Amino acid sequence: MPDPANTSPATAERRGARLGMILFLLYTACYLGFVLINAFSPESMDRIVMAGLNLAIVYGFGLILLAILLAFVYGFSRRREGTAESTGSQKGGQP
Amino acid sequence: MIYDPSAVAVIVFLAFVGFTVGLSFYLGGKAKSSAGYFAAHGQIPWFINGVAFAGDYLSAASFLGICGMIAAYGYDGFLYSIGYLAGWVVALFVIAEPMKRLGKFTFADALDAQFDSPGIKAAAGISTLVVSVFYLIPQMVGAGVLIQPLLGFEHWHGVVLVGVAVITIVVTAGMVSTTWVQFLKGSLLVVFSAVLVVLVLNQGLREGNDAFETRGPYPADQWPVMTEVDGRETLPEEDGWKASDQWVRLASPTNGFDLFRVYRSEDQVWLFQAQSIRETDLGVLIDGAPLGREADEKSLKPGGSIWKLPGEQTETGPLGPVDYLATLQQSEVMLWKKASVMHDNGDESTVYYPQPTPGSKVLRPGEHPRFAGIRGDSWVGRINFLSLMLALFCGTASLPHILIRYYTVKDGAAARKSTIVGIASIGFFYVLTLYLGLGAMTSGTLDVTNNNMAAPLLARGMSPLLFAIISAIAFTTVLGTVSGLILASSGAVAHDLMGGALGLHFSEAVQVRVAKWAAVVVGLIAIVLGILFQDLNVSYLVGWAFSIAASANLPALVMLLFWRGTTAKGIIASVIVGMVSSLGWILLSADTFEKVYGLDPASSPVPFSQPGIVTIPLALLTLVLVSWWSRSKPAGPEPAGA
Repeated sequence: MPDPANTSPATAERRGARLGMILFLLYTACYLGFVLINAFSPESMDRIVMAGLNLAIVYGFGLILLAILLAFVYGFSRRREGTAESTGSQKGGQP
Repeated sequence: MIYDPSAVAVIVFLAFVGFTVGLSFYLGGKAKSSAGYFAAHGQIPWFINGVAFAGDYLSAASFLGICGMIAAYGYDGFLYSIGYLAGWVVALFVIAEPMKRLGKFTFADALDAQFDSPGIKAAAGISTLVVSVFYLIPQMVGAGVLIQPLLGFEHWHGVVLVGVAVITIVVTAGMVSTTWVQFLKGSLLVVFSAVLVVLVLNQGLREGNDAFETRGPYPADQWPVMTEVDGRETLPEEDGWKASDQWVRLASPTNGFDLFRVYRSEDQVWLFQAQSIRETDLGVLIDGAPLGREADEKSLKPGGSIWKLPGEQTETGPLGPVDYLATLQQSEVMLWKKASVMHDNGDESTVYYPQPTPGSKVLRPGEHPRFAGIRGDSWVGRINFLSLMLALFCGTASLPHILIRYYTVKDGAAARKSTIVGIASIGFFYVLTLYLGLGAMTSGTLDVTNNNMAAPLLARGMSPLLFAIISAIAFTTVLGTVSGLILASSGAVAHDLMGGALGLHFSEAVQVRVAKWAAVVVGLIAIVLGILFQDLNVSYLVGWAFSIAASANLPALVMLLFWRGTTAKGIIASVIVGMVSSLGWILLSADTFEKVYGLDPASSPVPFSQPGIVTIPLALLTLVLVSWWSRSKPAGPEPAGA
C-alpha cells in the first residue's frame, strides 16, 4: 500500500493508475453484463423495470450515464495531480 | 422523395467552410515546425481538445447512421451508441495518459517509445493508413450522398468540395486548424441536436400520418373476394400484383393506382397505403405514375407515425424524456418495411409499406437483421453480436485519428481532463440519438428509401431554419472527421514510414512539407475513392475500421503498458497478424460476399461476419508467443517495462 502522506508525482500517478484500473474493471463488468444478457437472455431486456421503462432502456442509459459518472469521479479524485504532473519529468518526447 | 435544396443551408454551410478555411490560413503560421503541424505544439487547452474529441469522433456514421438505424428499427441503433461510448472508458482509464507520456506525434511513437524499431514504425504506420482509409471512404461517400438532397449539388461536387476544403484545412495549419474545426463542429452538433430533442419532446406523440390513407377494418371472412373497396374499384391481379392477400391496388382518380398493404389483425383486415417505385426504360414510376410534381405525377411521401397510443388518447402533448419512452413502450408504431414485386417484363417494383409494430418491440434489441441472431436458435448470431460489441469496446481506443489528439495538450493531466470532457459531450450526444431516431420514426418525416436522412428530415418537420442548420452541420460533420483522418494518415506517411521505417532524416521544415504533400495525396485518394464507391452502401466500413483497429492496435498497446515481457518483434507480429487476420476475415465474410461481391453469402468460408472475437485474442496470443520466442534468443531485444 502506498503511504498516504507520500504525495510525490510518481506515487500519485501510481495511485491514479490503480484507481483508473478499478473503475475500468467496474465499468467493464457492467458492460459485459449488458452484452451477455442481450446475447443469451434477450427476453429479459423486455421486462419493465422502472417508470414504465424496460431493462434495455434502463441498462443502456445506465451504461452511458455510468461512463460519464466514472469519468467525473476519476477526474475529481485526481484533480490535484495536474500541477505536479505538468512540472514533473515527462518520459518520451514531449513536443 | 423529392428534395428541395435549401438556400439557407447552402449559405450556412459555405459560411462554416469559409470561416474554418479562413481560420486555417490565419493559424497557418503556427504549423511551420513538426511539433506545430502534428501536435499543435501541445498547446491546445484541455476543454477545447475535449470538445474536439467529440468533433473528431462523432462522424457521419454516428449522427446520420445511428439516428437512421433507430428511426427504421428502433433500439438496435442505440446498441452502437452504447458500444461506441464504452470504448471511451478504455481510452480514459487505460490509454490516455500512457499515450501522452510515451508518444510524440503519432500512435507509432507510443508503440515504439522503448524500442526504436523501424519495424514497429512500419507496422503501426501501415495499420494507421489501413484503418484511416476504411474510415475515410464512408465519410467521403457520405459527403456526396448528403450534398445532393441537402444542398442540391451533384454527388461528385460534394466529394470534391469536402476533399478540397479538408486538404486546405490540414495543409495550412495541420493539427491547429483541424482542432478548431473539430471543436466548432462538435459544439454545434451537440447543441443543435439538443435543441432538436427539446422540440421532439415538446411535440410529444400523435396518432396517424395525414399523408397516407388507412382503410378498414373489414371482416376477415370477406377477404380476399372484394372487387371494390369503399366504392373504389380494385385493379385486376396482374403483372406481378397477384398476391391479393398482400397487396390491393385501387384505381387512382389521377394517374397510376393507390397501393395498399393488406394487414390482418385477429378477425379483421386493414388496408394501409403503401408506395411503390418501378424503374422502367422510360423512367421511374411511383405507384404507376411518372415521378414528378405535376397533377398526373407522383412522388414518394415521407412516412413514420404512431398507429395507436395507449388508452383513448390520440395526442399526448409535450412529454418529459422518461414519459416519452414509457408512452412509446405502450404504443403501436408504424415501421416502414420493404418488399419487391417482379413484373412480367422482368422489371422490379420496390414496395415500401407500413407495418404496425408494438412499441415494446421497438424499444428492445434484436429487430434489425444484423442483431436478429440474438433471438434466433443459432449460436452464430450470438457470437456475431458479442464480436461486434467487443470490437466497439476495443476499437475506439485504437483509432489513430483519435489517439493523435492526445499529443495536442500539454501533459497527462490535460489528456485525462480532455478525455473526460470528450466522454461527457459524446455520452450526452448518444443519449440524444435515441430521441432523434424515435422522433424521426414517429413524426411523419422519414424518407422510407433512405433512413440516413432521418435526423435532417426530422429537423425539416420542425422548422426550415433548423433544417438548414442541421443540414449544414451534418455536412460539416464530415469535414471534422475527414480532417482528423487525413492528418493521421499524413503523420503515418511522413513521420512513421518515411522518417521511422525508411530512416530518411528530414529537417523540421522538410518533414512538415513532406507531411503536407502526404495530406494532399491522401486527400486526393479519398476524393477518388469517394467518387468510385458512390453506389456502394459503405456505412458498414466504419464497423470494419473499428474491427481492424481493435485487432491490430489495441493488443499491442495494452500489452506494452502491462506486460514487461513485451518485445519489439512481439509488437510487430501482433500488429501485422491483427491487421491481416481481421481484414482477411472481413473480406471473406458473408456480409462482404453479399454486399460487395454480390455473391451468395452462404458460400462464405468464415462462420460469422464480425472478426473481433477471434482476431483480437489472436493478436494478443501472437504478441505473447513471439515475445517469448524472441526473448529466448540470445540477441533478442531488451524487455519493454511498463
